[in-house]
Amino acid sequence: MAEMMSLRKMKVEQKGIIRMVTGDGELGRRIRDMGIVPNTEFMVLGKAPLKDPVAIRLRDFTLTLRNSEADFIFVDPIEG
Amino acid sequence: MDKQLTLALAGNPNSGKTTMYNALTGARQRVGNYPGVTVEHREGDARHNGQDLTIVDLPGTYSLTAYTPEELVARDYIVERRPHAVVNIVDATSLERNLYLSLQFMELGVPVVIALNMMDAVRKQGKEIDTALLSKLLGLPVVETVARTGDGKHALLEEAIRFSGEKQGQWEPLTISYGPDLDPVIHQMETVIEKHDFLTGRAPSRWVAIKFLENDEQVVKMGARQDAETTATLTKMTEDVARHCRSTLKISPESLIADYRYGYIASLMKEGVVRAVRPQARLQLSDQLDKVLTQQFMGPAIMIGILYTIFYATFTLGEIPMGWVENFFSWFSGLATSILPEGMLQSMVVDGIIGGVGGVLGFVPLIMVMFMMIAFLEDSGYMARMAYMMDRVMRAFGLHGSSVMPFIVSGGIAGGCAVPGVMATRTLRSPKEKLATVLTAPFMCCGAKVPVIILISAAFFDNSASVMFWTVIGGWVAALLVAKLLRSTVIKGESTPFVMELPPYRMPTLKGLLIHTWERAWSYIKKAGTVILGISILIWAMMTFPGLPETKVADYEAQRTTAESTLSAEGLEQRLSELNNLESQEALRYSVAGKIGTAMESVTQFAGFDWRTNIALVGGFAAKEVIVSTLGTAYSLGEVDAEETEGLSKRLAADPTWSVATAVALLVFVMLYAPCFVTVVVIARETSWKWATFSVVFNTGFAFALSVIAYQFTRAVMGG
Repeated sequence: MAEMMSLRKMKVEQKGIIRMVTGDGELGRRIRDMGIVPNTEFMVLGKAPLKDPVAIRLRDFTLTLRNSEADFIFVDPIEG
Repeated sequence: MDKQLTLALAGNPNSGKTTMYNALTGARQRVGNYPGVTVEHREGDARHNGQDLTIVDLPGTYSLTAYTPEELVARDYIVERRPHAVVNIVDATSLERNLYLSLQFMELGVPVVIALNMMDAVRKQGKEIDTALLSKLLGLPVVETVARTGDGKHALLEEAIRFSGEKQGQWEPLTISYGPDLDPVIHQMETVIEKHDFLTGRAPSRWVAIKFLENDEQVVKMGARQDAETTATLTKMTEDVARHCRSTLKISPESLIADYRYGYIASLMKEGVVRAVRPQARLQLSDQLDKVLTQQFMGPAIMIGILYTIFYATFTLGEIPMGWVENFFSWFSGLATSILPEGMLQSMVVDGIIGGVGGVLGFVPLIMVMFMMIAFLEDSGYMARMAYMMDRVMRAFGLHGSSVMPFIVSGGIAGGCAVPGVMATRTLRSPKEKLATVLTAPFMCCGAKVPVIILISAAFFDNSASVMFWTVIGGWVAALLVAKLLRSTVIKGESTPFVMELPPYRMPTLKGLLIHTWERAWSYIKKAGTVILGISILIWAMMTFPGLPETKVADYEAQRTTAESTLSAEGLEQRLSELNNLESQEALRYSVAGKIGTAMESVTQFAGFDWRTNIALVGGFAAKEVIVSTLGTAYSLGEVDAEETEGLSKRLAADPTWSVATAVALLVFVMLYAPCFVTVVVIARETSWKWATFSVVFNTGFAFALSVIAYQFTRAVMGG
């Protein structure tokens, strides 16, 4: 768990596993409703031209979220 | 089985739900709004093996929380109206996420039939879904469908009818375990709920308990109204367990519930519902397209290209049928003129009713073409990419990535129209950002402002093209800055989470596009038509009544008679038209609008506007083109065609009361003041009359303040 980091810091094409989602209320709810819950594998697909929002692939679909929202999501990168 | 069955179609956005709805109901649809919210309610009829069906298209949602109006509407419909079954359209290519919503319907207990949609795409991805297994695991019918081709729709209806017949309106809620921390509390809460008969008439007790744990505002509020004491007990229990969860698991019950729901789905998946039969290509077509279409430099460049093409196509294509509509109305007003006797009635019918309604209906072809294009962008999945690329910029002004499209349609490229622009904000799912977009889109340089800009710049500036360019830029600057201002004052608040799906690129179906387009156009014709007819007549009356006093009319009559007896044929014609124009000018000044214009002079002089400009601006509330024709009348040039303003330009340039400062002030004012009333009506439809009124008052005040500054500043600099 030592390497757990915020989703914002992940690079494009990097893969990881979601470990913890902090946000509560509407934001937390919307993130979780889209399937961002612990132990979900994902890959960073790309970033918008101004580096924000970020697009990730999980559960066979593509999700975009702002960096400020990615800050609530903590992940373990998968090496390779 | 002669009873009408009601089926509610539900599903995630982009799951093909609307396509399925269109396939099931064809063109037999009714569209309206749910009371109090701008969420569309659609229902249509279908018949299957002699069974009459009412099919309700619920708004697309990912979940059933109380956070968005769409989710509330979907949930309320099921709880209050208790449809015979929910037909849950599931995008089979992302089964897990789609089942999250299905699970919530099942927890509610309503009979659910699942349509595994987009099975063609699943097969293309080299996957197989064990439908029978999924059906057994969930304990409900599962039917494979392809909504685009209509495959499986009969089987789907068959199952839905059979299943709802079997259930006989009986609800059987699914029980999911929420783990050792929540399960005991949920059980205790259930006991409390059942003991006090708390909200039990509406929903299962376990569901109510879970909603309390999720801090569901609507359920808690409704509970408090029915039984404050039990609500307090349940809230206390929720708070206790929340504290416990936070201290031991560092997580709120709300999050825990979501985690367990996905956990439940994952456990179903482990049984082998989805099998990969072929190895999946690393990149699918959609991802490959995104590599180019959202690339750092190429993405924005292509986006500008696409927007420009759409815009250009809309206004070139739209112009043709628009011409037909205009020709029809000019033929019609010619007919009315020849049939009706000259006088008040003729004037009211021709100038008031036909002129006003014709002007409004003239927009219809434009709206249709525009919406066809927008629907194409939306259904193809490109709209979501635009929002994704533009979000960072728009967010700085308190807006959303999806605000770009309404701005552009409204005249972000000169020549748009705020009516379809405001209507295009429907795609915005964030209420505050949507409101800010609706209120600022009318600042853009719409097509009706163009003749005014051309008139003024031809009269006072050397380079019309650059004036045009800067007014368009000015529109954007004003829209963005005012959006920022509104979002930090009257529409204050955290930005709505962006969290958005990028659906795979898909080719839209023609049927879907046509239905969508027709719906928008028809709602515009119907709703706007009634209000607009009234306002047209009102504005006509203001510019007509009270007519000139009889002595004045007699005076002009006398002058005409003199002219007739003294002048030769050629001179006479000129003199008569001069007299007619003078009479119109005086009649206009004498009318209610004229009196308002004159009365306002004391205030508007600070921006350099005299009574003539004031009347024109009042008339411009009907439609901005009217400014040009009214100025023509006020300067006794007779009716001036908005397309040929050269004479009026010269007249203004020569007029001593006009200066460059007046011109600048007028440009500023016309760009920013009250939207035309068609737009106001549409704003009211998309938001509320309160905000529509706000846009009239605020925009006019804002425009006036800025034009006074512009006038005084330019005068000081130029010494005029």
